[in-house]
Amino acid sequence: MTQPLKVVVVGNGMVGYKFCEKLLTKVGGGLFSITVIGEEPRPAYDRVHLSAYFSGTSVEELTMAPASWYAEHGIQLLTGECVVKIDPAAHYVQTHTGLQIPYDKLVLATGSGAFVPPVPGVEKEGVFVYRTIEDLDAIIGYSKGATRAAVIGGGLLGLEAAKATLDLGLETHVVEFAPRLMPRQLDAAGAGMLKRKMEALGIQIHLNKNTSQFDGGAAVVGLSFADGTSLEVDMVVISAGIRPRDELAKQAAIAVGPRGGIVVNDQLQTSHPDIYAIGECALHQGMIYGLVAPGYEMAEVVANNLVQGPTVKEFKAFDMSTKLKLIGVDVASFGEPFCEQTPHDTIVVEDKLKGIYKRLNVTTDGKYLLGGILVGEAENYNMLLQTVKNRLVLPPNPEDLVLPARKGDGASAGAGVAALPDEASICSCENITKGAICQAIEEHNLPDVAAIKKCTKAGTGCGGCVPMLSDLLTETLKKQGKVVKKVLCEHFDYSRQEMYHLIQTSGTRTYDEVVAKFGKGCGCEVCKPAVASMLASIYNDVIAKQAVIQDTNDRFMANIQRGGTYSVVPRVPGGEITPEQLIALGTVAKKYDLYCKITGGQRVDLFGARVEQLPSIWEELLEVGFESGHAYGKSLRTVKSCVGSTWCRFGVQDAVGFAIRVENRYKGIRSPHKLKSAVSGCTRECAEAQSKDFGIIATDKGWNLYVCGNGGIKPQHALLLASDLDDETCLKYIDRFLMFYIKTAEPLQRTATWFNKLEGGMEYLRDVIINDSLGIAAELERELQYLVDTYHDEWRVAVETPEIRARFSHFVNVEEPDPTLEFVEMRGQKRPADW
Amino acid sequence: MNNQPTTWFKAAPISAFPENGGACVKYNDKQIAVFHFKQLDKWYATDNECPHKHQMALSRGMIGDQQGHPKVACPFHKKTFSLETGLNLQGEDYCINVYPVKIEDGFVFIGI
Ligand code: SRM
Ligand SMILES: Cc1cc2nc3c(=O)[nH]c(=O)nc-3n(C[C@H](O)[C@H](O)[C@H](O)COP(=O)(O)OP(=O)(O)OC[C@H]3O[C@@H](n4cnc5c(N)ncnc54)[C@H](O)[C@@H]3O)c2cc1C
Ligand code: SF4
Ligand code: FES
Repeated sequence: MTQPLKVVVVGNGMVGYKFCEKLLTKVGGGLFSITVIGEEPRPAYDRVHLSAYFSGTSVEELTMAPASWYAEHGIQLLTGECVVKIDPAAHYVQTHTGLQIPYDKLVLATGSGAFVPPVPGVEKEGVFVYRTIEDLDAIIGYSKGATRAAVIGGGLLGLEAAKATLDLGLETHVVEFAPRLMPRQLDAAGAGMLKRKMEALGIQIHLNKNTSQFDGGAAVVGLSFADGTSLEVDMVVISAGIRPRDELAKQAAIAVGPRGGIVVNDQLQTSHPDIYAIGECALHQGMIYGLVAPGYEMAEVVANNLVQGPTVKEFKAFDMSTKLKLIGVDVASFGEPFCEQTPHDTIVVEDKLKGIYKRLNVTTDGKYLLGGILVGEAENYNMLLQTVKNRLVLPPNPEDLVLPARKGDGASAGAGVAALPDEASICSCENITKGAICQAIEEHNLPDVAAIKKCTKAGTGCGGCVPMLSDLLTETLKKQGKVVKKVLCEHFDYSRQEMYHLIQTSGTRTYDEVVAKFGKGCGCEVCKPAVASMLASIYNDVIAKQAVIQDTNDRFMANIQRGGTYSVVPRVPGGEITPEQLIALGTVAKKYDLYCKITGGQRVDLFGARVEQLPSIWEELLEVGFESGHAYGKSLRTVKSCVGSTWCRFGVQDAVGFAIRVENRYKGIRSPHKLKSAVSGCTRECAEAQSKDFGIIATDKGWNLYVCGNGGIKPQHALLLASDLDDETCLKYIDRFLMFYIKTAEPLQRTATWFNKLEGGMEYLRDVIINDSLGIAAELERELQYLVDTYHDEWRVAVETPEIRARFSHFVNVEEPDPTLEFVEMRGQKRPADW
Repeated sequence: MNNQPTTWFKAAPISAFPENGGACVKYNDKQIAVFHFKQLDKWYATDNECPHKHQMALSRGMIGDQQGHPKVACPFHKKTFSLETGLNLQGEDYCINVYPVKIEDGFVFIGI
C-alpha cells in the first residue's frame, strides 16, 4: 500500500474549511491524510454572516462544521495554533508552539486581515477592526461605555459595521475617503440614493474625508481630517479594506505581489509547485478576490487537481457581482456595473420618493445586458445576473426588467428561471448549476428549499440565490407534476393533448383500440376515464357503450353516494321549471323514497336511489320532459341564471332566455373537467357569472363574456374576454373557447387552472379566440357544432336500450338489491347510515 | 389469501360479466366481485367490500394493471388493490380476500 499523501492546510477560515469538504467528497478520505492548522481559537465559521452575531446568532450556528466533523472524517484539526514558518525544501511547516508538521502538498488559506491605515493614533484604545468573532466581542464590550461611533470606510464591509454599531444603540458616523459610498460597486447616482437611505435610517455619512489623526490620550475621543474638520466619537471601527495575509509566504521566499497577495497561476500553485494558495490571500492575475464565492471555486480547483492531477481544472477570472441587504436596503451590482471601457447604452430608473435607483448597461444594439446597479430594490438581481452571465437575449423592452410591474394583463418581467440554460450557475458561492439543482430535486424528491440546501449546498453561502432555489423547486415540481400528468399514466407515453390529436387523426373509437395502438398493458383508473372523455369529446358517442372505462359516476350515469346508492339530477335549464315537472319530481321521489334537496346549481337532487332503480326513475322523469343533468359527468353542469329583464326592474337583457339557450347548446359535451356557466341580467351579477368557467353578464348593448373563473377549492374570478357582444358572437366565442380548452387541457384540469398555466395569459387567449391568431377558429367552431348536432340524452338511450338497462343491477346472479344498504331517518327524510 | 378451495361455487354464465370490468355475485351472505381481463383471458375474484370504508363497491371499480400487476380501484376513494394478493397497492394496511376462479362450460366458478 502506498502512503497517503500528506495535505496540510494553513488557515481554517471559510475557504480552508471548504477545501477540506471538497477534497473529502472527491475521495472520501483514505488517499490523503489531511491536517488543518488554524490560528483562531475555534473551527471555521461563516464570516459572511458575521454581523448576525450582533442580532443573537450563536457561534455554534455560525460554525461551518463542529470539531467533531473533522474528527469523524479523519482530519487532524489544530486550532489556536499559528503557523510561523514554512520550509519548502524540507517540506514542513512550524507553528508558534514549535510543532513541526510535514507535508507533501501545502495549501495556504490564510485569508486576509483588515487593512489598518498608518494614521497617527491608530493604536489607541477604542479603535477596532471588524473581521473575527473576537473583534465583535471586543466591539460589543467597549460599546457599553460609548455613545458615538465612527466607521472608517464606506464600502461594503464598512456599511455592515455601521449597521452593527447602530444596532448597538450608538450614534453612527461613516467616514469615506472617496466622493461616494461603495465606490467599487456603485456609480454616483446609485451611491447618492444609498446615502439618502442610510441617512434616513440615522447614519451620518461624511464623504471626501481623509482621516489624518486619531485624537485622544490612551483612548480615542475623535477623528481629525485632512481638510481641517474633526468629529468627536468614543470608538472607531476601521473597515478601510483588506490586506492579504502573505507574511508566511514572504518568509519562505514565495512570490508575492507588489501590493500584497500570494501570486498563483491558473492551477493556484504558488511559485513553489507543491504549495497552493486559495481564498483571500491569493493573488490571481493581479486580482485579490474579497468574496467567498471565488474562494470556494479556488478550493474546488485545488481539490480537483490534487485528486485528478494538475491542469484538469483551472481557475478563471471570477464574477464579482454582489447583492446584499444593507440595513434593510437592497444593494446590488452585477456584470460590468460601470462599463467604463465597453460601448453601451444605459437604462436608468430613478424614484427618489421610494429611494429606488436602477441602472442597466445594455449593448448598443439593445440585445444583451452587460451589467448594472440596483439600489433600494433588487428583486430581479438573480435574473439580471443570469441574463448577463448566460448572454440571454433581452426582451424587446428591456426597461420592463427594472420598471415596477405594470398593472394589467400580467406581462411578466423576464421569463423567469425557466429560461435559464442548465449550465447557468444559480448558487455562485458554491458554484452550483441549475441543472445540478433540478436533478437533485428530481432524484431525491426534495420537498423544500431547506432540503435543497442540505443536499446540494446551494444557498448555504451568501443566501442570495435562495429565492431562485424556490423558483426552481416550483418549476421542477411543476414539471414533475406535468411529467406525471404530461404522460397520461404508465400506460401511455403521451400527454392528453397528444393523445387527443392521435385519437382524432387515427379514427380510433374504443379504448381497446386506443391502448392497443398507442399504449401498453391493460390500462388503469387514470387513463381509462381520460381516454373515455377524449373519445366523448371527439365522437360524442353514447358513453354507456363503453361503460367499464368510465369513472364510476359516468358508468352508472349518477353520482355514487356514501353507502353505495346514487343521486338523480335532472337538467333544469336556466332554473326554469314547469309545475308538472315539479309534481313529477315529487311523485318519483315519494315512490322511490328519495331524499330531496335543492342544489346550489338551481336544480333538484334526488338522493338514495339503488343502482337497479335508476332506469325506472329516469323513465318516469323522461316522460315529463326531463333530461340528464350530467351532474355525474365531466361536462356542462348548470347555466345558472338570474331572473333578468323579464321580471327584474334592473335587468337589461333576457338572462333566463339566453341561459336556456346556452345550456341547451352545450349540454352533454364532455370536457377535461366539469363546466359551469351563468348568465346575469345586469351588472349586479345575481347569477355569479364571474365565478364560472364561462360567465355572461348583460350590458345595455349586449353581453360581456368572462372566462376561466372557478368557485370550489380555489376560487378565482373569471376574466373579461370580450364586451358588448350580440347573441351570436357571444356563442361563437364560447364555441371556440370551449373547444380550445377541451383540446389542450390536462385531464381533470378546470378552465381556471388551465388558464393559469397558459403562457401569454389573457392576451394570448384573446388572440386565439377573437383574432384567430392560430388560424384554428373555423375548425374549433366546426368541431363544437358537431358535438351540438350529435347531442343525445344519454339517459333516454340507456332506458331504451335493453342491454344497457340490464347492467343496472347489484348482483349478476340473483335479482336482489344490495342487502347491506342501511338508512336512518333525518328531519322527515332518509339518509345513509354513517360509515 | 386462500390456497385450497373447498367448494367451487358456480356463479353465473360468462356473458353475465362485462368484458374488462367487474360485476358482483351473491354467495350465501357473501358478496364477491368478479373481474374479467379480456385481452389476457384472465379472471379474478375478490371480496366486494372495500375495507377502507366498508363499501360494497369493488365490483364497480375500474380494473387495470400497475407495472403488469392486475389491480382494481375502489370507486369511492380510488384505493387500489392487487387482484393477485389482495394487498393494498398504496402500501396502506387494508387488504381484501382473493378467490380462485375457473371457467367451465361457459360458466364462471369461484373457489371458496
Ligand atoms: C349537489 C351539489 C351540492 C348541493 O347540494 O347543492 C354538489 C354536490 C357535489 N359536488 Fe359540487 N355540488 C354542487 C354545486 C357545486 C358548486 C356551486 C355551483 O356550481 O354553483 C361548486 C363551486 C363552483 C365550481 O365548481 O366552480 C361545487 C364544487 C365542487 C367541486 C370543486 C370543484 C373545483 O373546481 O374546485 C367538486 C369536486 C370536483 O369536481 O372534483 C364537487 C363535487 C361534487 C360531488 C359530485 C362529489 C362527488 O363526486 O360525489 C357532489 C356529489 C353530488 C351528488 O351526489 O349528487 N363540487 N359544487 C351541487 C350540485 C349543483 C348542480 O345542480 O349540479
Ligand atoms: C463582516 C464581513 C462581511 C462579509 N460579507 C461578505 C459577503 O456578503 N459576501 C462575500 O462573498 N464575502 C463577504 N465577506 C468576505 C468573506 O468573509 C471572505 O471572502 C472569506 O471569509 C474569505 O475566506 P478565507 O478562508 O480566504 O479567509 P478567512 O475566512 O479570513 O480565513 C483565514 C483564516 O486563516 C487564519 N490564518 C491566517 N494566517 C494563519 C497562520 N499563519 N496560521 C494559522 N492560521 C492562520 C486566520 O486566522 C483565519 O481564520 C465578508 C467579510 C467580513 C469580515
Ligand atoms: S361541498 Fe363537499 S360535501 Fe358538499 S356536496 Fe360538495 S363535495 Fe360533497
Ligand atoms: S371505500 Fe373504497 S376506497 Fe374508500
